[in-house]
Amino acid sequence: MANVLEIAGRETLSQLDYIGSLNIQLWATLRGMRAALPLVGNRHRWRAAVHQMLEIGVDALPMVALLAMCSGFILAMQGASELRRFGALHFVIDLVAVGFTRELGPLLTAIAVSGRSGSAFAAEIGTMKVTEEIDALKVMAFEPVEFVLAPKYLAALVAVPCLSIVANLFGILAGGLFMFFSTHLGLLLYFRCVLTSIELRDVLAGVIKSVAFATIIAHVGCLEGLRVRGGPEAVGRSTTAAVVRSTFLVIVADAIFTTIFYFIGR
Amino acid sequence: MAFISVRDVVVEYDGRRVLDGVNLDIEAGQITVLLGGSGSGKSTLLRQILGLEQPKAGSILIKGTDITRCSPADLNKIRRSIGVSFQSAALFNSLSLADNVALTLQEHTALEPSIIDLIVWMKLAVVGLADFGKLHPQELSGGMKKRAAVARALALDPEILVLDEPSAGLDPIVAAELDELILFLKETFQITALVVTHELPSAFRIADRIAMLFNGKLLAVGTKDQIRANQHPRVRQFLNRVPDGPVHAPALASYLERYVQSQEVKR
Repeated sequence: MANVLEIAGRETLSQLDYIGSLNIQLWATLRGMRAALPLVGNRHRWRAAVHQMLEIGVDALPMVALLAMCSGFILAMQGASELRRFGALHFVIDLVAVGFTRELGPLLTAIAVSGRSGSAFAAEIGTMKVTEEIDALKVMAFEPVEFVLAPKYLAALVAVPCLSIVANLFGILAGGLFMFFSTHLGLLLYFRCVLTSIELRDVLAGVIKSVAFATIIAHVGCLEGLRVRGGPEAVGRSTTAAVVRSTFLVIVADAIFTTIFYFIGR
Repeated sequence: MAFISVRDVVVEYDGRRVLDGVNLDIEAGQITVLLGGSGSGKSTLLRQILGLEQPKAGSILIKGTDITRCSPADLNKIRRSIGVSFQSAALFNSLSLADNVALTLQEHTALEPSIIDLIVWMKLAVVGLADFGKLHPQELSGGMKKRAAVARALALDPEILVLDEPSAGLDPIVAAELDELILFLKETFQITALVVTHELPSAFRIADRIAMLFNGKLLAVGTKDQIRANQHPRVRQFLNRVPDGPVHAPALASYLERYVQSQEVKR
């Protein structure tokens, strides 16, 4: 019994240490973020941030679009098979539109970005740790947080919400295609129905969620990289940990946000 | 006054003492070699001097400023006067060789890009890599990477050059070339250098002064001749390359016997 309590205590402390480290890193990055901003910051950091935006956003675009299309079809078909029984097939439009804007768009994007970019952040920073590049930055009088983390975080903050909006559009488009082929509903009419079914707050809820998801993915990826100790095998472990932890935290954050929005919107 | 003064530095990792009251002066215009076996505390001492870690006790004065107590801004100011070449070279793989060298010039100076370009190619020429500036680190051999790291360390014309294991993992010819490069830099630019190594031929080729570490303590500090004449048993053992002792045969036999018995029990 004492042993179980000891393990539980140790695990709790380790998780609290992790959350604490994430918060410290977040504040340090926010303080160093000015350097990555255009006009007021350092042009090299801004250039690095733009490069990261292209990697996180543009490069992931086909994958996120395809993912959203498939999920849109699935949601529309599953919804239709049940709603048809009640003669409420037109509610598929609301289901897809609201479901994607509030929930599926940001969540699917976050999972895709976590797998692509979160793991890449951990691998890149982990390798920099192993090869002493982080130490080299310090002795060259650069601040690693400002040099490495701030451009990545800024890029994620811009790219993830944009990708979420793209995912929403493709998911809703997939719903429209389903409706067209199953009920011959014109795409223009479908999109008009979509616009009446979603409200501004649905879009805002999705954007707020995707900003939070971007924060989680960028910081978990970077922290896992910075915690690398040892050789290349530690980099591999950190990459896996970055994906697993960030996906888990994204879903937990999603549950919290959905609960908050549910009570606010009642 | 010494360029770098290490005073009573104590470093502990998880309660294990790695440096135990180390005192060392690094004089300007000289090449000081920090010599010692694996695990003697050379790299740890270097990390303290570079301000990458905080010692448990003691102070490190660089040009009169105690880097263990100064502000981050002052530490960065001091760091700009130090050029460091790491054991793994630590070049940024995403940048070309020329961009690696140009990085500090672009970020820490207001020089025109054309001037930076000129300085970069000059530094690369000094280390014999003028034709390789467009290559990326992963396209270079081990020796070329080390030389490129020296070129990057020289970018801001540092007052002191710190080289961590410059000849480790290199063949004797390339290692000797690096030694000659260090001597050339000292003669040409009157540079102060701190070289960490465990390679005896290299140490005795380049050093003006040698400091020898063992188990976290400084055993001897002096000129090459003083170190050669030192009679401390550990210094003699290191210089004469005498192993600590043969593998203990009875212990090995007893281990093998126990292993065979445990395998038989399993069956």
